[in-house]
Amino acid sequence: MATIVSYTARPRRLLQALLLLFAVAVGVGAYALVGLGRFEELPANLLELGVGALVLVLVLQIAVMWRAPYADPVILPVVVLLNLLGVAMIESVHAANSIFGLRGSASADRQMLWSVVGVALCVALVVLLRDHRRLRRYTWISAVVGGVLLLMPLLPVIGDSRNGSKIWINIAGFSFQPAELAKIAFAVFFAGYLVSRRDTLALAGPKVLGIHLPRWSDFGPILVAWGFAMAVLVFQTDLGTSLMFFGLFVVMLYVATDRLSWLVIGAVMFLPPAIFAATQMSHVRTRITCWLDPLSSANYGSCEQISQGLFGLASGGLIGTGLGEGRPDMVPHAESDFIFSSFAEEMGMVGAFALLLLYLVLVQRAIRAAVGISDGFGTLLAGGLGFVMALQVFVVVGGVTRVIPLTGLTLPFLAAGGSSLVCNWIIAGILVRLSDAARRPAARQVDGAGPAPAPRPAQEVRS
Amino acid sequence: MNKPLRHVWLVVGVLFVLLFTSTTYFQVVAQSRLSAHGQNQRTLYNEYGRHRGPIVVDGHPIASSQESDDTYGYLRSYDPGAMYAPITGYYSVVYGFTGIERSLNDTLSGEADSLFYHRLADVLSGRENQGASVELTLDADAQQAAWDALDGKRGAAVALDPETGAILAMVSAPSYDPNELASHDTGAVSRAWSELNDDPERPLTNRAIGGDLYPPGSAFKLITASAALETGDYTADSVIPGPGTYELPNSSSVMNNFSGGRQEPCGPDDESTLADALRQSCNTSFGMLGVAVGEDQLRSTAEEFGFGQDLSIPMGVTPSRIGEDLDDAQLATTSIGQYETRVTPLQMAMVAGAFANDGVVMQPQLVGAVRTSDLSTVSELSPKELGQPLTAANAAQMRQMMVGVVEDGTGTAAAIDGVEVGGKTGTAEWGEDRAPHSWFVGYGQTDEQKIAVAVVVEEGGYGSRTAAPIARDVMEAVIHS
Repeated sequence: MATIVSYTARPRRLLQALLLLFAVAVGVGAYALVGLGRFEELPANLLELGVGALVLVLVLQIAVMWRAPYADPVILPVVVLLNLLGVAMIESVHAANSIFGLRGSASADRQMLWSVVGVALCVALVVLLRDHRRLRRYTWISAVVGGVLLLMPLLPVIGDSRNGSKIWINIAGFSFQPAELAKIAFAVFFAGYLVSRRDTLALAGPKVLGIHLPRWSDFGPILVAWGFAMAVLVFQTDLGTSLMFFGLFVVMLYVATDRLSWLVIGAVMFLPPAIFAATQMSHVRTRITCWLDPLSSANYGSCEQISQGLFGLASGGLIGTGLGEGRPDMVPHAESDFIFSSFAEEMGMVGAFALLLLYLVLVQRAIRAAVGISDGFGTLLAGGLGFVMALQVFVVVGGVTRVIPLTGLTLPFLAAGGSSLVCNWIIAGILVRLSDAARRPAARQVDGAGPAPAPRPAQEVRS
Repeated sequence: MNKPLRHVWLVVGVLFVLLFTSTTYFQVVAQSRLSAHGQNQRTLYNEYGRHRGPIVVDGHPIASSQESDDTYGYLRSYDPGAMYAPITGYYSVVYGFTGIERSLNDTLSGEADSLFYHRLADVLSGRENQGASVELTLDADAQQAAWDALDGKRGAAVALDPETGAILAMVSAPSYDPNELASHDTGAVSRAWSELNDDPERPLTNRAIGGDLYPPGSAFKLITASAALETGDYTADSVIPGPGTYELPNSSSVMNNFSGGRQEPCGPDDESTLADALRQSCNTSFGMLGVAVGEDQLRSTAEEFGFGQDLSIPMGVTPSRIGEDLDDAQLATTSIGQYETRVTPLQMAMVAGAFANDGVVMQPQLVGAVRTSDLSTVSELSPKELGQPLTAANAAQMRQMMVGVVEDGTGTAAAIDGVEVGGKTGTAEWGEDRAPHSWFVGYGQTDEQKIAVAVVVEEGGYGSRTAAPIARDVMEAVIHS
């Protein structure tokens, strides 16, 4: 069976401009509502935020029009909206903390600053990286960079242990979660590696019990990836990050080879360390207890965060307390790990659904780009990045809403935290670049040279 | 590679469906359960964030809320604190709330169903929602008089308007300062809390209505006499036996006619009129009278007075009781307020009130009116009859006998010039080598005003000396104001 996916080559830049303006209006409006809700007056820096956001989307719009005219018009507006909503919610939590004084949290100013940095990097990437296939040259360099980044928090001087997890580095007063950056590096590496090995991975090797086993030479890098994920799990006690890496790898492997056996192998390989962690590591064991039964009196003390988050969800109900009207400050880390429960409290189930749908749209756009793109490397990269974003949302929101045990990941674009925000803006830039490649007509129309060539079928599907 | 991508998209879809489901579950399905969860301080904070209505006595707020710049939004304060503490209760951010603060929490916080339209009006007009104010029936002068007269002695005093059941005074001593528990300094609150709980005098107990039940001693003879009159076989002038000692039926115990082992008979030839027996508070007369009247009559009269009933004023009142399945010896001691007879001071005030209200017991009530913040009335006191233990004619005979007690008997210390005062003292033995509890139960009336009182002083000795003067002060405060 062969499916032909075709695009009419329409840039839709005007649509993107309108959507960007809409996103800014909604996001800045949310920020204004937070100020009104908490202090009954408009925030002092509302104008700065509004103008700043407009300037940033203008820059984004120009960069895209200039260097990626066929990019998907929905990706950047969704990202801008998520970023601004995050800023509004961080400010809401900060204001609640300054009013009620239960605990402290940083103001949204820092997040705004990081947003500027993130947009700058995104623009730089779109402008400088004219063709995503150039990334393929850096396949092995990416692997090394990713590995180094991932292991950096274990280094003695710059490593920094927080809340039982060693996932931070601290250099000259700036702290950074290198795993976020490592995620991009590994996605590039996996894409580059798998696209060159997919046939041998899929077909060569002995067949045992109906399952194609890979050759040792192909299997080596997989073992290395597995080893890395386990290292993260064991030495950094970070279940979330290791789950994310391994999920990314297994899914990209599956997309590359179309062999379910890889999913089975992946699941089997993740099981023993997960069981080990669940039974042997007290940090993980506590989280599992809190996942199963956070509200009983025996567990309440150790599970305060998740219980408070659930109470926040319940307090929001169907339509929420209103922005700036809830008490998200009662939840520890309400501006980062638990920003979803803060949203659900102040904007209710309706708002929480809207938020999840925004992520779903973003993931859909990434996978859409993966389908449309004409080279295997681009397909793998877009699919991998799209899936890892979905996985991250699932792990975070599922952790807050007790679908799975809580892990230490943050919601992309939304949660407070510079490293996560900046890295996700880089991913947004890559997705813009990939979607441009996916939607671009095969040959540029030359001025005055007859009708445009018919759009080329994007990719013939292996069946 | 499109087929695996479609599968990936399918997986993403499944993951998000899980998220939508779990979010719906916690925000809608389990919402009320989570909001009501004991550990959910959010619900508590919402409670504290409300501008609670005041509790008012004679136009003066004895409990009110002021804005505070902290998590709780408002600070509850009490003025004066200790005197009214057993009634208002406390409103603690650590230990919850008691008293009126608890019983009428919905009204004070503005959440009661009856305040729905008021809330709606607040929302529509953009006013801050404020809880309703609760006006108590208490008479500030009577309360002050009772508080001063008890003077920190362990005990309680209750005064009622016999015709409406309105509680005019309710003092329990020793008391506590509710401001210490309402403070937002949680450390200080928990220190005050443990200090109050460790205090052997138990200041947190409302002795007037709850927890502590007292043996009424001779004050119970009022009920025995009422039961006798109600049989129709006796009048105040009936001559009844009253020997110096009474060997209890089927028992080796002997009842002395007076406390302290005194064994004078109640009158010449070991007999006296009922009125005279009450005036002198003869034990043998009433012990034998109780046996003659029988358990059934005694119990039904007592229940008409309110014994055994769950009252809410609106705080819950511990039901008073006489024992069960009494043999004659037990019935005899029950009839003089010993054995398993246990009462609250409120119950005894209701007994006195019945005589002043032509035999009808009114339901005791503390709440005079509930008004919203814009002073429109939500509800007002409506008197309710609780029972009629005796006829109006018998009530008149009882009054006559009780006046005899105060004019020329054990209760002379309660007399007030120009006021008809009737009553009965009690000296309730309750433990080996412990001083007896001192009681006075009675009423005072002029043409304009009636009042019923009950006073108990723990280990106060003779009722005639300790409790009667306190009762007098309270009655005076009401009648002379």
